[in-house]
Amino acid sequence: MKAGDLVELAGRNLRESVLRNSLTTVGISVGVASLVAMLSLGIGLQHLAASRLAKSGLFDSIYVTSGRRMEGPRGRRENRKGPPPPLDEPVRKKMADFTGVAEVYPDVRFPAELRLSSAAPQSSASAENASTASTSPDTLSAGQSANGREYQLISGLPMSARQLETFDNMKGKYFSASDAPEVILQTDEAKNLSDKPEDLIGKEIVLRYASRHLLKDPGATSSAASEFGAASELSVYAVTPNESKLKVVGVVETKADAGIRGAGSAGAYVPVDLALKLEPMQMTQVRLAGDRDPLANSYGALIVRVNRSSQVEAVEDKIKQLGYNTFSLLDATRSLRKFFAILDLFLGIFGSLALAVASLGIINTLVMSILERRREIGIMKAIGASDGDVQKLFFAEAGAMGVLGGSLGVLLGWAIGRVINLGTRVYMERQQQFTPDDVWLVPLWLVLGAVGFSIVVSLLAGLYPAARAARLDPVQALRYD
Amino acid sequence: MPTENSNHGADVKAQSLSRIYRMGDSLIPAVDNVSFSIESGEFVALLGTSGSGKSSLLNLIAGLDTPTSGSVAVAGRDLARMSREELARYRRSTVGMVFQAFNLVPAMTVLENVELPMRFAEVPRQHRMDRARGSLARVGLGHRLNHRPSELSGGEQQRASLARALVNSPSLLLADEPTGNLDSRTGAEIMGLIHSVHQEGTTVLMVTHERPLAERYASRFIFLRDGKLAPSDPAEVSA
Repeated sequence: MKAGDLVELAGRNLRESVLRNSLTTVGISVGVASLVAMLSLGIGLQHLAASRLAKSGLFDSIYVTSGRRMEGPRGRRENRKGPPPPLDEPVRKKMADFTGVAEVYPDVRFPAELRLSSAAPQSSASAENASTASTSPDTLSAGQSANGREYQLISGLPMSARQLETFDNMKGKYFSASDAPEVILQTDEAKNLSDKPEDLIGKEIVLRYASRHLLKDPGATSSAASEFGAASELSVYAVTPNESKLKVVGVVETKADAGIRGAGSAGAYVPVDLALKLEPMQMTQVRLAGDRDPLANSYGALIVRVNRSSQVEAVEDKIKQLGYNTFSLLDATRSLRKFFAILDLFLGIFGSLALAVASLGIINTLVMSILERRREIGIMKAIGASDGDVQKLFFAEAGAMGVLGGSLGVLLGWAIGRVINLGTRVYMERQQQFTPDDVWLVPLWLVLGAVGFSIVVSLLAGLYPAARAARLDPVQALRYD
Repeated sequence: MPTENSNHGADVKAQSLSRIYRMGDSLIPAVDNVSFSIESGEFVALLGTSGSGKSSLLNLIAGLDTPTSGSVAVAGRDLARMSREELARYRRSTVGMVFQAFNLVPAMTVLENVELPMRFAEVPRQHRMDRARGSLARVGLGHRLNHRPSELSGGEQQRASLARALVNSPSLLLADEPTGNLDSRTGAEIMGLIHSVHQEGTTVLMVTHERPLAERYASRFIFLRDGKLAPSDPAEVSA
């Protein structure tokens, strides 16, 4: 029998006992809907967690330090043969070329004093009376300007840090370039500068910090070196106070989590390349200020960001082979991924249970149908239907119920998901402390997969009835009333 | 529906044909070592009392059942050696069957019932309707195409059944008590139609217990008693 005839006859047979077949089909659709609902919840939650984690910057970054200063457990210094490799620019480039590495940037953190600039050049009105800016109503109150000084931790961030959750709800803009003389303030810290931190956007502030730079004068170098009684190749640094004018481009509400890429809870952020240009004396360098430091040109630490958190392990191994110390939160992501794999499995099993019950419904319906249509099967065989024709016919009926039930089920599951999404959104908005997110996610593969799975399950359920119908003895069947 | 096949009726040869049913521990020989032959284009009546094994023999020739032993060859092909698939093909191309109980599919219209064997024979869709209508017109049912069997009289149902049996142009028509459920007038009409099919060259084997009917249309009789061939004995076969 041709496929077209098969479908036509199957459709006719399904319509003949429309109530029973509809109920069976609804059973399948409920099964598929529960499967879709369960799996899309799992997928949605995983997606939510993954995007949150990616935004936290905790799980796709490796913190790299030179092997030298890292202390082992219980304060023991790790024993290494020979001098540790420097953590300098060539090494940074080398790491950036590793497969899976998105970027490598130095971890720059330094304390600085933030003061309001006496004039705000961006404002044309204040530009004219720059000398009397302190009395200008346009600039912030003079008293506060004088008193508004505070030491804060300044952190250098790459352009890619824009994606961090910290900057999700920022006011103003992110840095325009990685060496732009711009600064983003943290609200609480900025309150020392102004009652309304948002008003600072567009204003100019002065950054006062300790600059640490190499003494270029060879005489000074040698004299300083001899003063320390060190070898001639030792570098000598001068630490001098410095100032830099920066434009406030943004204000962030939340403090960055003390993560790797969040670079600690800093009071203000500057672009990383600008931070390097400023040559500030960093936190890690304070105690080495007067130290003999053969690794003068090296960074205190590098942050390696990988494309996917699954690549952390491989990249970390490579970096370790170069002789550096690394730190990452790899194990956390691994157990998290494991958790979601198990969650998906269980949601899938629970979702499939309803479908399994529905498949029993198919078997039941078709077996009933065989009993009812025994004589009809006998007639069909007597006028030339082969065993295969009869088998295919019952198979087609099971498949049709699978297609209908599957499609209906996906729609139903999708609708349930929409309702739940709406509900969670309203709830989250009421709670006000969460940004509303979709916990329900129905990707296309799930839609197609669910319909396909429903057809496969239906066909499997049709296997036994179809075989039974095909085996029916036509002589017996024709005698049946 | 005169076609190629109609002019070449199939011949039937049964050799030591047996069909034994098992009922619990006992064996019931429904057909017991039967040998006979039917020539191409013959009209043979299979006579016997109820339970004599007529229908069992007809089912063996129809390829609906397989013999326990012996052979039955139709148009030179031994049905006992055919696979189930080959038997299905044989049923749809060589044999046409008419039953006492009509055996139409109740959910289908008359036209769809007649079309059904052509679906199994994979006749192209565009030819099916024409052939079905032609076959129904031939049995005088051209005006009731879209009625369901339940809406028809017994005679009309048997006409539809005959139209279905003939639609694939069989070379052997098997009729199992075709008039058994009909009054004598409609029965005669059906027999007239079967007679005309025979006259076009189709071999006809008709099971009946009505001796007068057999005498009127059949050219030869085969008597069955307790599954065995019996010599002609009018007293025993008359109903």
